[in-house]
Amino acid sequence: MCNRCALLHFPAVISFFQQVLKMIFFKEVILGFRYWVIASGWCFFRRNVNDRQDDIERAKTEGKELTKEEKQRLRKEKKQQKKNKEKKDEKASQGSEKEKKSGSLAAAAPQPPAKSTTVKTPSAVPAPAPVSVPSSLEAPAPVDKPSKTKAELKAERRARQEAERASKPGKKGEPGQQAASGKQKAPPSELQPVIKRLPEHIQVDNPDVLKKLAKKLERQQVMGLNPTKKIPLRLDYGYKVSLFSHLHQYSRKAPLTQQLSIPSTVIHPAVVRLGLQYSQGIVAGSNARSVALLHAFKQVIRDYITPPNEELSRDLVNKLKPYISFLNQCRPLSASMGNAIKYVKKEISNISSQCKEEEAKSKLLNCIEWYIKEKIILAAKAIAESSIEKINNEDVILVYGCSSLVNHILFEAFEKGRKFRVIVVDSRPRLEGREALRRLVQRGISCTYVLISAVSYILPEVSKVFLGAHALLANGYVMSRVGTSQIALVARAFNVPVLVCCETYKFCERVQTDSFVSNELDDPDDLMVTRNGKTQLESWQEVPSLGLLNLVYDVTPPDFVDLVITELGMIPCTSVPVVLRVKNVDQ
Amino acid sequence: MPGPYKETDLTERVEAFLSDLKRGGSGTGPLRGSAETARETTALLRKITAQARWSSAGDLMEIIRKEGRRMTAAQPSETTVGNMVRRVLKIIREEYARSRGSSEEADQQESLHKLLTSGGLSEENFRHHFAPLKANVIEAINELLTELEGTTDNIAMQALEHIHSNEVIMTIGRSRTVEAFLKDAARKRKFHVIVAECAPFCQGHEMATSLSKAGIETTVIADAAIFAVMSRVNKVIIGTQTVLANGGLRAVNGTHTLALAAKHHSTPLIVCAPMFKLSPQVSRYHNLLLSLQVKSCEILSKVNVHCPVFDYVPPELITLFISNIGGHAPSYIYRLMSELYHPEDHEL
Repeated sequence: MCNRCALLHFPAVISFFQQVLKMIFFKEVILGFRYWVIASGWCFFRRNVNDRQDDIERAKTEGKELTKEEKQRLRKEKKQQKKNKEKKDEKASQGSEKEKKSGSLAAAAPQPPAKSTTVKTPSAVPAPAPVSVPSSLEAPAPVDKPSKTKAELKAERRARQEAERASKPGKKGEPGQQAASGKQKAPPSELQPVIKRLPEHIQVDNPDVLKKLAKKLERQQVMGLNPTKKIPLRLDYGYKVSLFSHLHQYSRKAPLTQQLSIPSTVIHPAVVRLGLQYSQGIVAGSNARSVALLHAFKQVIRDYITPPNEELSRDLVNKLKPYISFLNQCRPLSASMGNAIKYVKKEISNISSQCKEEEAKSKLLNCIEWYIKEKIILAAKAIAESSIEKINNEDVILVYGCSSLVNHILFEAFEKGRKFRVIVVDSRPRLEGREALRRLVQRGISCTYVLISAVSYILPEVSKVFLGAHALLANGYVMSRVGTSQIALVARAFNVPVLVCCETYKFCERVQTDSFVSNELDDPDDLMVTRNGKTQLESWQEVPSLGLLNLVYDVTPPDFVDLVITELGMIPCTSVPVVLRVKNVDQ
Repeated sequence: MPGPYKETDLTERVEAFLSDLKRGGSGTGPLRGSAETARETTALLRKITAQARWSSAGDLMEIIRKEGRRMTAAQPSETTVGNMVRRVLKIIREEYARSRGSSEEADQQESLHKLLTSGGLSEENFRHHFAPLKANVIEAINELLTELEGTTDNIAMQALEHIHSNEVIMTIGRSRTVEAFLKDAARKRKFHVIVAECAPFCQGHEMATSLSKAGIETTVIADAAIFAVMSRVNKVIIGTQTVLANGGLRAVNGTHTLALAAKHHSTPLIVCAPMFKLSPQVSRYHNLLLSLQVKSCEILSKVNVHCPVFDYVPPELITLFISNIGGHAPSYIYRLMSELYHPEDHEL
C-alpha cells in the first residue's frame, strides 16, 4: 500500500512541483495547496490511474468548484473500496481467483476426449481471457503494481457478478416463464416490470454465455456424475457473416446425435429421434414440430416412473429440462413449441401431491391431447370456416411455401365448391413450395408454380395473397419463413390484399423490428447449386472473404398485412397484444 | 475478282453472326456479354459499309436497315444489336449532312414549324452521291468502336465517387459492368458486398466468387432474403440488360423486388449502364424457360410453370444512372436518347 501511495504520489508530486514553480511565478498558492490535499487524499482511496490523471487536468483547469464534487466522489469511492476489501477478504487471496479460472479449465481436462473437445472449444474463447489475467497478474507484479490491482479489481467484479447471476432464481433459457410467473403473481390490472433474461441462442458472440451453456448442460444430467452421460454441446460450422455472429450456425451433416453415446440414459429415445428429425429437416413447419414435440412428451410421460423420494410435479419438470436443451441444440425452438412447453410445464406443476402416479399421468396425457385438439386441430377448422368467406369464385390466390394451415384452408374451400386457382411461390434453398404444389395438385386444384424472383411478373394476375405465420409478435410484426415480407411488400405495391392465417397459440410476447436480432441460420452449404455440371461455390470455405447466408425467418411489418385470421376472429395485426392479454387473464 | 468474294465473305460473316445470336439466346452457346455483342455488331456493320455495293447514303441506310431487321429478329431480347444499328444509321445521316454542308441542328430540329413546312422532305435527301462519304462513315464507326471498348473502364473510373468506406452494397445476379465498378473501388476502399443469387440460374454465385477473389468481403444470400437484409444495406448497385426511353429498366428477374425493397428503406438504387444499352423500343418479349429441374414429373403436366427472364423496373424506383459519359437522373434519359438516335430510326 505504501508503494502504491508512493507511485500515486509520484506523478502527483511532479505536477505539484510544477504547480509550485507556477506559484512562484503566478502566485497561485491556494490552488497548489488544495491540489496537494487532493493528491494525498487519493492514495488512501486507491483511485484508478487514468481517472486520476483526468482529475488532475480538471483540477488544474476548474479550480475551487470541483472540490465538493471531488469530495462526494471520494466518498463513493471509499464505500466501493470498502466493499471490494470485504469481497477480497472473503475470497482470501488473489490465488483463489486464479484457481477458479484454472479450475474451470481443469474440470474440462480429466473428462474423456469426446467431451473435452466439445467443451474446450467454447472455453477456448474464454480461456485466453482468464489466462491473460493471471499472466498480467504474475509477470509485471513487482514493477507495475497499479495495473495488477486494476486487473484484480476487474476479476473481483466479474466473479461477484457471476456469483450473483448464479444465485438468482431461474435459468437463462426461460425468459417466458419468468414473464409468465411475474404476471401470475401480480393482479392483471397492474403492469408488472418483467425480469427479462436473454435467451442463449441469440448471444453466441458472448463467450461467457457459451461457458454458461456448457455448464448448464453438465448440470442437466440425470444419473450421478458419469461424464459419458452428458448432453453434448453442438458446435458452429463455417464462416458466419459478421452481422449474424450472435447466432448459431450448424451444419446438417453434423447432427448432435452423432456425439451421443449409446445407450444414452440421459435422453429418452423418442426425444433423440425427434431431435434428429428436427435437425435433418424431416419434421418441419411450426405446427408439425409442435405436434411432434407433444407426442414425444406424451411418450416420455407414459414411460416415466417417479423415483422414491420425489414428487411427480417437480421431478418430471426437471426431467424435461435436459430434453428441451437437447432439442434446442438440434434446432432452436420455435415460438409455438415454446408456448406448448410452457403449457405442459404448467400442467405438470399444477398436479397436486395427493394424486397417485397413474392418475397423474393419465391426467397429463389428457391435457396434452386437449391442447393439440383445441389449439391446433379445432383452431384450423375455425380459421378455415372464416377464411372461406374471403375466397370468392374466379379468385386467383397466391401462397408462399408450404403452410399447413393455408393448405387446409384451400382444401376446405375447394371441397365447398369454390372455383379458384392457386399460384404457388417457391424459393431456394428449401423449395418447400414443391410439397405444397404436390398436395394441391393431388386434390385437383389448378396451380401455377413460380420462383420468388418472378413475383412481380405474376402479381398483376393475383386477387389475394394468403400467408402462413411462424409466430405473431407482440408489436404486430409477423415472423414467418424468409421471403414472406418480400411477397407482402410487392403485393402492397400492386395493391393486392395480404391475409395472414395464424392460430392463437403461436402468438408470443417477444417484440422485434428487424430480421437480424433473432433469427435462425441454416446450413450454409444448402446455397450451393450445380448448374451445367459446375458448382460455383464448391470451395467457398477456402476463400476467406466469401460468406454464405442462409436465413430461415424474417419479420413482416404490420403495415404490409391487411388482415390476420385467427380462431378468435379476423383481427388487424396490431391487436395481437390485446389477444395475449385476454388469454393471460383467462388463464 | 474481289467483288463476288467479298460479297460471299460478307454474307458468310453475317450468317455466322446471326446463328451466334440465335444460339446465345437459347442458353446452349457461350453466353456473351452485351459489350461483346455491341462490338461485334458494330464491326459487322463497318464491314458491310466497306464491302457492300452502294452509291448513296440512302442505299447504305436501306442495306443496314435490312440487315439490322434480320439481326434483331434472330434474337429479339438482345437489344444492343438494334441499338448499334440505329447508332450507325445516325452516323450516316450526320456524315451525309456534313458532306452536304448544312448544319446538323437545322436538319434535326423537330419544331412544329419545321414539321409543318418540311413535310416529307427528309426522304429524298439521301440520294446524293458523295465520294468521301464512305471513308467518313467508316471513320465515324471506328470512333464508335473505340468508344465501345472504353465503356466499362469509363464507368469503373467513377466508382470512387460513389462508394465510401465501410459501406454495405447490394447487387443482384451477374453484371460485368458492376463487377468492374466494384473491383475498381476495392483497390482503394474497404467495403462489404451482398450478392443476391438470382435463381434459377444463380449467376450471383459466379459474381460472388469473382468479387471475393478480388479481396472484397462478399456474402451470398438467397433471393427470398432480399427484403430481410435490406435494412442494413447502404446502396444498391445493379446492372441492366436495357435502359428504356422513359428511364425505366428491363433488367434480370428479381430486380423489381429489389428496387421496391430499396425504395421502402430509402436506399439509393444506382444503375451502371453504358450508353449502348439505351434502347428506344423494346419488343414485349419474355423468355419462358422450363429449366427448373422439377423432379416429380407426373404433376408437371398439370401445372403451369412460369420462369420470366426479365423484369420491368419503373423509373421512379431508380435514383441514378452511371454511364460512360457520367451520371444522370432517370428523367434525363429521354434527352440522351434523342442525341443518340434519330426519331425516324426508332422503328427499324
